[in-house]
Amino acid sequence: MNDSRPFVRWLPFYTLFKKEVLRFHRVFAQTLVTPIITASLYLFVFGATLGERISVLEGFSYAQFVIPGLVLMGVISNSFANTSTSLFMSRYLGNIVDLLVTPLSTTQFIFAYTLAAMLRGLLVGAAVMLISCAFATLPWAYPSWAILMLVMASFLFSQFGIIAAIYSSDFDNLSMFNNFLILPLIYLGGVFYPISILPPFWGGLSHLNPIFYLIDGFRFALLGVGDAPIALSFGITAAMALGLFIWATALIRSGYRLRQ
Amino acid sequence: MISALKIDNLWKHYGKTPVVKGLSLSIEPGEIFGLLGPNGAGKSTSINLISGVGQMEKGTIEVFGLDNRTQYRQCRQIVGVMHQEIVVDSFFTIDKALKIHSGYYGIPDDPKWRHLLIERLGLGPHLHKHMLKLSGGLKRRFMVAKALIHKPRLLILDEPTAGVDVELRRGLWELVREINSQGTTVLLTTHYLEEAQSMCGRIAIMNHGDLVALEETSKLLSRMPLRKVTVELDQPAKQIPPGLTHFTPLIENDGTRIIFNLSAQQKSLDLFRALEASDLQVADMLTEKPGLEEVFIHLTGLGQKQDNS
Repeated sequence: MNDSRPFVRWLPFYTLFKKEVLRFHRVFAQTLVTPIITASLYLFVFGATLGERISVLEGFSYAQFVIPGLVLMGVISNSFANTSTSLFMSRYLGNIVDLLVTPLSTTQFIFAYTLAAMLRGLLVGAAVMLISCAFATLPWAYPSWAILMLVMASFLFSQFGIIAAIYSSDFDNLSMFNNFLILPLIYLGGVFYPISILPPFWGGLSHLNPIFYLIDGFRFALLGVGDAPIALSFGITAAMALGLFIWATALIRSGYRLRQ
Repeated sequence: MISALKIDNLWKHYGKTPVVKGLSLSIEPGEIFGLLGPNGAGKSTSINLISGVGQMEKGTIEVFGLDNRTQYRQCRQIVGVMHQEIVVDSFFTIDKALKIHSGYYGIPDDPKWRHLLIERLGLGPHLHKHMLKLSGGLKRRFMVAKALIHKPRLLILDEPTAGVDVELRRGLWELVREINSQGTTVLLTTHYLEEAQSMCGRIAIMNHGDLVALEETSKLLSRMPLRKVTVELDQPAKQIPPGLTHFTPLIENDGTRIIFNLSAQQKSLDLFRALEASDLQVADMLTEKPGLEEVFIHLTGLGQKQDNS
């Protein structure tokens, strides 16, 4: 009965990636529709209602100002949610052993989870961007830079999701990463206001917020204006993405909290 | 000849407690090998170390000559494992999950083999049900199918029949024998000792992380030379006649049954003669050899613990 079927090296990776996509697709109302509705509500409130009375950036409507941040918020939250929830659930329910006994390499493991999470994040981002067309038209100053920033942001937060899933002991722990770290940093990172309008102390403090560089870099790519130099925003984002990738890889390779 | 599984000086602690203490054994290709022991003996931990779920502290494990640390990808391709704890991915149906599992092993789906496993394990009527809707026994059968989906050369079954009804248990062992006859080596653990006795050519017994026995099943059974002779009486015996006391008798059933445990040196014929010479009215007699259960209890000291408690 021993198998004569050839071993296909990429198949373990592709299967895990496909399984992860099927997983979020199966609960698409929760994983895709809900974040799109949330972002649309933000767009409606800040773009169509309050937005008409606010002006924070010369030459741009408030809707135009806020859209890059909202798109990026969708990408960040969903990329993080996909890896963190899926991997944590597997650990929590014990079915992670199904992966641990297979020939999946560390690289395949990380990239399968990462690419599926990036896909979810980017799908939400694309949907929010599409809906935003109803509220404002963006100049798309540097489109390739905008796409690069979306890809880097989704990659970065997929890695952070893997790390959070491994360090969390229960669902409370896991939600703390999102509620007490990611969300405050997003809201304080210049989604709804430019850092330049803050008093010098708070403005300076905001430059320590890593998410500020993602939002500002993406806004620069779309509108052509930003608070920080574009090279700095992309450089810091790339460095963080690389740092978290190395951290997540080390955790998976060591088997920390995965293998007994 | 390369061993199907070779374990050398395997150690594992949980905290400060050693759970596997220098385990060494080898299983030859084509064997059905039983790993027995009471709860907490270290069987499942050893299986976790072999399959890659656990990380060993010391020692080596080779599967068909492949080191399970340095050549882990090749090694895991040829090992199929069913763990003791029931774990399933609740997102998928049985059919979908089996296709996914084949892919995890880098093996393209083989519908013929998948359907054969589904049929032999009685999973057919439940094929499109979600995992959460399956009973414990069905989940366990699904886990056996999952362990076999990539046609492993070494199949590890940790308590495969726990919670499975008698008919399906029989069917499962038939399937295991068939797969074994086609060349797959099998390592199994079970608490049903009669199953281990009938299935396994060799048996290892672990206790508190130590290997306390490793022998052919027949030799292991002959380690216990005791024979049990049960004598049913027409009239209750008030006391044991003096000529029978050295056969270690035990009176049961209000004196109408006496059980004698004969040592290797004592002959059954001597007991029969002593019975004839006594005034006991013998109605029936039954002589039994010890089974694996008695050997197991003797080697693991379980009987002693129960007596003391």
